Amino acid sequence: MKALAARRHHRFAPVVLLLLALLVTGGVYAALAPSPAQADTASTADIETGKKLFQANCATCHGPNAEGTTEAPSLVGVGAAAVDFQVSTGRMPMQMNGPQAEAKPRQMDEEQTAALAAYVASLGAGPAIPTDEQVDGSKGDPANGMALFRTNCAMCHNAVGAGGALSEGKFAPPLFDTSERNVYQAMLTGPQSMPVFNDANITPDEKRDIIAFLDEQKQGSAGGLTLGSLGPVSEGLWAWIIGIGLIIGGAVWIGAKSS
Amino acid sequence: MSTTTTPPTAAEPTTAIGKTADYLDQRTKVGVLAKQLVRKVFPDHWSFMLGEIALFSFVVLLISGVFLAMFFDPSMALVTHHGAPATMDGQLMSTAFSSTLNMSFEVRGGLLMRQIHHWSALIFVAGIVVHMMRVFFTGAFRKPRELNWLVGTLLLILSLLAGFSGYSLPDDVLSGNGLRITDGVVKSIPIIGSYLSYFIFGGEFPGEHIIPRLFTVHILLVPALILALVGVHLFLMVLNKHTQYPGGGRTDNNVVGYPAVPAFATKMGGNFFIIFGVLALMGGTMAINNVWNYGPYDPSPVSAGAQPDWYMLFLEGSLRLMPGQAEIVTWGDYTLSLNILVPAVIIPGLLFTFLFVYPFVEAKVTGDHREHHVLDRPRNVPTRTGLGVAFLTAFIILALAGSNDLIATHFALSINTITWVFRILFFVGPVFAFWVTKRICLGLQRKDRELVLHGHETGRIVRFANGEYIEVHRPLDEQERWLRVNYEARRPLEIEPATDARGVKRKGYKKDKRWQKLSRFFYEDRVEPVTPAELAAAHAHGEHDELEPAHDTPELVSGSGNVEREH
Amino acid sequence: MSENQNPQGRDLTRHDGDGSVAQTDRFADPGVPEHHPRLADTDPKAAKRNERIIAILFAVSCLGTIGSIVAYFAVRPDGTTPGVRLSTVLLGVAIAISLFGIGFAAVHWAKTLMSGKEYIEERHSSSSSEEVRGVVQQQFKDGLEDSGIARRPVLKGAVVSALALFPLTIAVPLVSSVGGDWNVGKFRHTLWKKGVRLAYDPSGRPIKASDLTVGSVAHVIPDVPAEERESHEWITEKAKAVVLLVRMDPRDHKRDHREGASYDGIVAYSKICTHVGCPVALYEQQTHHLLCPCHQSTFDMTDGAKVVFGPAKRPLPQLPITVDDEGYLVAEDDFNEPIGPSYWERLK
Repeated sequence: MKALAARRHHRFAPVVLLLLALLVTGGVYAALAPSPAQADTASTADIETGKKLFQANCATCHGPNAEGTTEAPSLVGVGAAAVDFQVSTGRMPMQMNGPQAEAKPRQMDEEQTAALAAYVASLGAGPAIPTDEQVDGSKGDPANGMALFRTNCAMCHNAVGAGGALSEGKFAPPLFDTSERNVYQAMLTGPQSMPVFNDANITPDEKRDIIAFLDEQKQGSAGGLTLGSLGPVSEGLWAWIIGIGLIIGGAVWIGAKSS
Repeated sequence: MSTTTTPPTAAEPTTAIGKTADYLDQRTKVGVLAKQLVRKVFPDHWSFMLGEIALFSFVVLLISGVFLAMFFDPSMALVTHHGAPATMDGQLMSTAFSSTLNMSFEVRGGLLMRQIHHWSALIFVAGIVVHMMRVFFTGAFRKPRELNWLVGTLLLILSLLAGFSGYSLPDDVLSGNGLRITDGVVKSIPIIGSYLSYFIFGGEFPGEHIIPRLFTVHILLVPALILALVGVHLFLMVLNKHTQYPGGGRTDNNVVGYPAVPAFATKMGGNFFIIFGVLALMGGTMAINNVWNYGPYDPSPVSAGAQPDWYMLFLEGSLRLMPGQAEIVTWGDYTLSLNILVPAVIIPGLLFTFLFVYPFVEAKVTGDHREHHVLDRPRNVPTRTGLGVAFLTAFIILALAGSNDLIATHFALSINTITWVFRILFFVGPVFAFWVTKRICLGLQRKDRELVLHGHETGRIVRFANGEYIEVHRPLDEQERWLRVNYEARRPLEIEPATDARGVKRKGYKKDKRWQKLSRFFYEDRVEPVTPAELAAAHAHGEHDELEPAHDTPELVSGSGNVEREH
Repeated sequence: MSENQNPQGRDLTRHDGDGSVAQTDRFADPGVPEHHPRLADTDPKAAKRNERIIAILFAVSCLGTIGSIVAYFAVRPDGTTPGVRLSTVLLGVAIAISLFGIGFAAVHWAKTLMSGKEYIEERHSSSSSEEVRGVVQQQFKDGLEDSGIARRPVLKGAVVSALALFPLTIAVPLVSSVGGDWNVGKFRHTLWKKGVRLAYDPSGRPIKASDLTVGSVAHVIPDVPAEERESHEWITEKAKAVVLLVRMDPRDHKRDHREGASYDGIVAYSKICTHVGCPVALYEQQTHHLLCPCHQSTFDMTDGAKVVFGPAKRPLPQLPITVDDEGYLVAEDDFNEPIGPSYWERLK
């Protein structure tokens, strides 16, 4: 204790005290804070649970029986896949007004999402959630996936899925962090501005090939840093910032008189 | 301070180098050339090395280009590609694209060389641009260097051609769409457009000829022209001797600096290795133009973020900004696509015309036929500096407009709003930039005047016995002062009167009047340099000058006459 | 004082910025500033230290070179992304070290150890002396006299005509052959004609009307046997024939560009932008707007693909479609105007 007291005027003492205080506060809060409400979860998707969740979170915009209102479209026939996509990416429940619903941290966990999906699926036949095998990229052909991706997807999402602009502030998001299942479901259900790529247009095997292609992109670039894979504009920007910056820096050094 | 002295009569050569030089001289009289060059004096400033960026990155382009040309096959014949990367395995593609993939994935160092080559191309054009900016803003294009300015502007255009033809060689979707856009622009040219399209592609787009043709352009025609013009450019630079910044002892009749051998040549050589090193580092660590992500050219796919390399973005931006209503059908049912001709032909034409004619226009409005070897400080030529900044502003606005979709995604804005903002900014921006720049230059000149007249503030406050406080100012030393007074504030042209002595109207008066108007635009607002008389008068005011000077009200100057005239 | 060197006397404008400044009252040039010796000039220990630094830098460069050669032989490209990346990065960094070593060493040597004395060199006039100019003038005069051309104007005209014409011997064959068959009429025709089925791009499967649901978009090529799709002629034809197929709710569908061309809310438009020819493919399902990624021309698919934003002027040409007896979508006719960008004689 004497050692500590002797250092009480050390210039780092306030910093240490602050860190200590933060640690204690955080620890106390973690121990005493109430745990988040757990929904009544069953091991299988529960349509009744889904209905309750729907009434609580979705009915205000989508109508009490998901028949749609002026605010939001009808969900009858959109299928479990659409619900799983929208809710697992956090787009729904939508909380902000803007050109489009944006992905955000998900509000419903796996069981709740499954329950919601089951409920909406029960309202009308629609695309089902794909199986794990259907979305397993390692079973797909990346070459065929590339051929399909560049014809159907690259114009909005960019050649490797880095995202792109649409009109009036809308955009096609980057796909780097999208799960295999959600890639499949997005194609199948056509969320918001994205067109619908049903199984006759892009067959289930072709969808898996596209997933395989996107999985390949996770390896990065054979040439080094990807710089965002955004194309010549970002390359030009870095050429100026790093290339010309370093070279002019070198020129200033060369021209400066030595001491 | 010594001048180059003539050496005494030569001794017999004993070393290997000496013997070689003697051998050559006995057959070529190379001694005459060596005498001019070996200890030639070059002024030393970092801003004189910007041209070297372009020169040395061109050398790197040649070196890496030879490597690439060993493996690239420009044929458009279709082959099935077998091998890396996995996304291209088994796909049908042109031989050009397949050889590019092969070079990137199978040849050791192939991808490194491709990337060094492409980064060097971007730096090559960027180097030309920064060098051109330095030459423009310091007035190095004045007599006797107008020809060199023209050569340089031609080199800029050739570098754009070299880059465009180069990145189109792999025959991928991104550059292929660029070729398609070029075809669309060419087709829009009145009367000859569709035939010109056939000429370029040897038939309909894309045909089978364009890549081999671009290959010939890219490795033979354009580099030959660039090498020839670079030779002329350097020759003229050596002949006219390099310019120098104003300073003590530097006049229009001398060059102050370091001799070519050894100091200057060593620094230049070192700069080459440093630039090459930066390019190698970038080529090894930063991915560029990964064509396998776009795939072999096919008229159906297109990628978001479809832009050309940065130096073509100004064309891309003008195409994006132009509203579509401008396409008209003339009588006779001919289509005049002004919505394409204006942004793709007329605007670039205007921009390059400005670059080509500027030295001649400025010479005419200055009425100056003297040689100039001492550079201008940009602040001392406010209108020229303002025009240069306005030009750059227009260029940058167009380049940003060409990137509007990336701006939209990265700043969460609407691409339509961005387009409208740039449409307006394209006209308003350069005018505003000109005005702001000119005012800043005039302000800096006034600051220089203040500094010369009153010296540096030392922060020492002295109180006299009578209670008066002054801040002590340290007068400038000779060198500092010379830098700030050694310039000419040009005046607008004076012309002969409209009628001669007998009242007869003079022919050519209207033309002279127009030039005089332009000259006034350039030189009406100016700040004259301080003269010794003004300095003496300032000192004569004694301590009063160390207080808040009356000079703050610009129209009123105590005693020294007309400091500045403004409108 | 004007430099009036023009004998015709047109340049009569007087200007005072001409060289000699009117004011005599100017400061005197203080001369080149005093030379300050560098540390290495006066202190032998500092000079030795710099020498060591330079030697080390050269040595580093040698190491970099050796490293790059080792990397070249040790790391084989295995065709995988990480493998090629490793090879590229190692080679690039090693080469950069090799180059930087020489560059920094050379510059440091020049800056610290080589003589830092400034020299002054006199400039000469940029033009030749009066004497030389006079001699050359006389030389040209003599040469002209000797040629006798002044007395023979017919020869003057003849030589100019012949020289002006002879380049045509090369230019005409070159220009003419480079243009292929010059048949610009081909712009008006595509592979589409009555009865040709619509097929998915790139797989080539024909499309049934029932395949498409509301909100679907399909990228379409004419149904052509697979072997024919593996030629370069196919790519050139595809560049005119690509089509975008969209299905919308018939209640949203206001107007066709071409009378009767749609089928039950399914519309087929040329995918080549009428601005400068990029594939216009960004279909926004909810707004029914088709956006071109190149210059942001936007077309309203419910209203005859007319332009609602951007630099395009004309709506997209429409392909008339119907279904055959097996339910597959087929074209009823070719496009009725040249697809893609405008050109001078487009409407003739």
